[in-house]
Amino acid sequence: MTSQGREKQTPGRFGVYGGRYVPETLMAALEELERAYDKAKRDRKFQARLADLLHTYAGRPTPLFFAQRLTKQLGGAKIYLKREDLLHTGAHKINNCLGQALLAERMGKRRIIAETGAGQHGVATATVCALFGFECVVYMGTEDMRRQELNVFRMRLLGAEVRGVDSGSRTLKDAINEAMRDWVTNVRTTHYLLGSVLGAHPYPTMVRDFHKVIGREARAQILKAEGKLPTAIIACVGGGSNSIGIFYNFLKDKKVKLIGVEAGGRSEQLGDHAARFRGGSPGVLQGTYSYVLQDAAGQIATTHSVSAGLDYPSIGPEHAWLKDSGRAEYVPASDAEALEATTTLARTEGIIPALESAHAVAEAIKRAPRMKKSEIVMVNVSGRGDKDIGIMRENLKLD
Amino acid sequence: MPLAFQKRPSLVAYVTCGDPDLATTRAVVLAAIAAGADVIELGVPFSDPLADGPVIQRASERALRHGTTLEQVLKLAKEVRAQSQAGLIIFSYLNPIMRMGVEKFAAAAKDAGIDGALVTDLPVEEAAGYLAEMRKRNLATVFLAAPTSTDHRLKLVAQASSGFVYAVSRTGVTGARKQLPDDAKNLVRRLRKYTQLPIAVGFGISTPEQFAAIGKFADAAVVGSAIVETIERNHGQEAAAVAQFIKGLVAGS
Repeated sequence: MTSQGREKQTPGRFGVYGGRYVPETLMAALEELERAYDKAKRDRKFQARLADLLHTYAGRPTPLFFAQRLTKQLGGAKIYLKREDLLHTGAHKINNCLGQALLAERMGKRRIIAETGAGQHGVATATVCALFGFECVVYMGTEDMRRQELNVFRMRLLGAEVRGVDSGSRTLKDAINEAMRDWVTNVRTTHYLLGSVLGAHPYPTMVRDFHKVIGREARAQILKAEGKLPTAIIACVGGGSNSIGIFYNFLKDKKVKLIGVEAGGRSEQLGDHAARFRGGSPGVLQGTYSYVLQDAAGQIATTHSVSAGLDYPSIGPEHAWLKDSGRAEYVPASDAEALEATTTLARTEGIIPALESAHAVAEAIKRAPRMKKSEIVMVNVSGRGDKDIGIMRENLKLD
Repeated sequence: MPLAFQKRPSLVAYVTCGDPDLATTRAVVLAAIAAGADVIELGVPFSDPLADGPVIQRASERALRHGTTLEQVLKLAKEVRAQSQAGLIIFSYLNPIMRMGVEKFAAAAKDAGIDGALVTDLPVEEAAGYLAEMRKRNLATVFLAAPTSTDHRLKLVAQASSGFVYAVSRTGVTGARKQLPDDAKNLVRRLRKYTQLPIAVGFGISTPEQFAAIGKFADAAVVGSAIVETIERNHGQEAAAVAQFIKGLVAGS
């Protein structure tokens, strides 16, 4: 089943995690994608086109901002914010979408499907499809459509078809099931633009590679600003794309603590959160072997988070490996803590983070006061909060 | 011999276990065998059946509503085995098997008198551990071959399979279709180059005409969603309805 080797790094495996667990119908398409990606990765023209789009269209590089007032208020480590929220479409997701759109074009696949939770990946997918002239279908759980209404409208405005998914918990996991059913049916003409470091090989590796630019920029920026590396980097983890994106270029800097923040939800009970490393165990969901929230019989548990983008029962396989190997640490932040962090960041720095990113901010707020003033915490603000204004209004009583 | 496929085509009948409850599944399975099914695929319900269409999705939800588990399916298989010598195959997604442990699963399957298993989302490349445990106990390992499989992959599938090979008639999820595509025939022809095992064709077969047509180029036809839908539509008389459906299906061939 899975290799028993300890930390063997074979393609598609992160230690024992990862792999390719899909029905046979999809295997040839995954092999085709892997070959196309391997070729593109080494193709200077492809890389130059991607870099140009990231710069002229998406708005890279994103700033690294010193959060002076927040730092002062917390009284400990210096806090820097990596501003992925300033990218076109409002989150880091566009990095991966541009990369995969270029790949789809090379493979001659002009119909794109995607899943979305918070709607950020759906919007980014609809955006690149408009840019490339592709047909676009986005699957979204009806519960997520309700709480992320604005993003549903944005996708439609961009010309995408949004298909509601009414099964299971009607969230991200169910949207992925439905996207896979579409893919298994239309695999010959369709590219599945998966939005996180999840799913079967080569997705976890490829999506990570498209987001590595976050950490590459951040490393150069902090060295320029402070002349040294940060003590800790904090990012939220749903599937784990923004976090692996900022972590990756620091993996070898063993002194830099890498901290992933999962959705602690409303309680520690199974079904009330999406903290895979608190209640989960290794298993296979949607193509990959990783930590999964499941019951004793191997049925996947339902999850809850105030943030749709973190509301998922599994986690990218590379994070499972980083966790087991001890290179990264994973902690939960509750719904309430994320909402409070949103207000804090809004009022100290004039930045309203996405509720996903607010989980990372919440951990920084807990951690910074216990740290020395000479230490540095870098927080990845993976997205902006515009899409969450409705939920914030429902949940925040402003004085 | 349980997986002998003496008729042409033989009938492989799929049921989602625990839909609507395990006692009904047992009655349905025994009735299906009596009506002419040669092999039964005992479907283990899973929370995320990404290869299945709406009919089996709904059946899985019904079965999981009262907590049907792989362990219960294995117990059911043992009860069926006590009363019948028909072929019995466990049809499951990987995670419930992984959660139980592959070795424990293979041992329990052997103990229950099951003939083999098919794991939907376990391609041959990831199957080494599973193959070892199953082969050790002389249990058949059925793998899927798809119209999109390259010749190289068909060879791998043929080599890893035992008992029979399951040829997926078309790209897509499970569920009835009006017409059988040319895909199925081409796939069986391509697959035949690599194996002498019986080949069962599945996905989308629901009528006597389709069933008979499969017999012209393959050894067996798998019928799933049409049976599950019959169960869904005949609350309280599931076994009789399935028996009648199967008799109609096999009558023409």
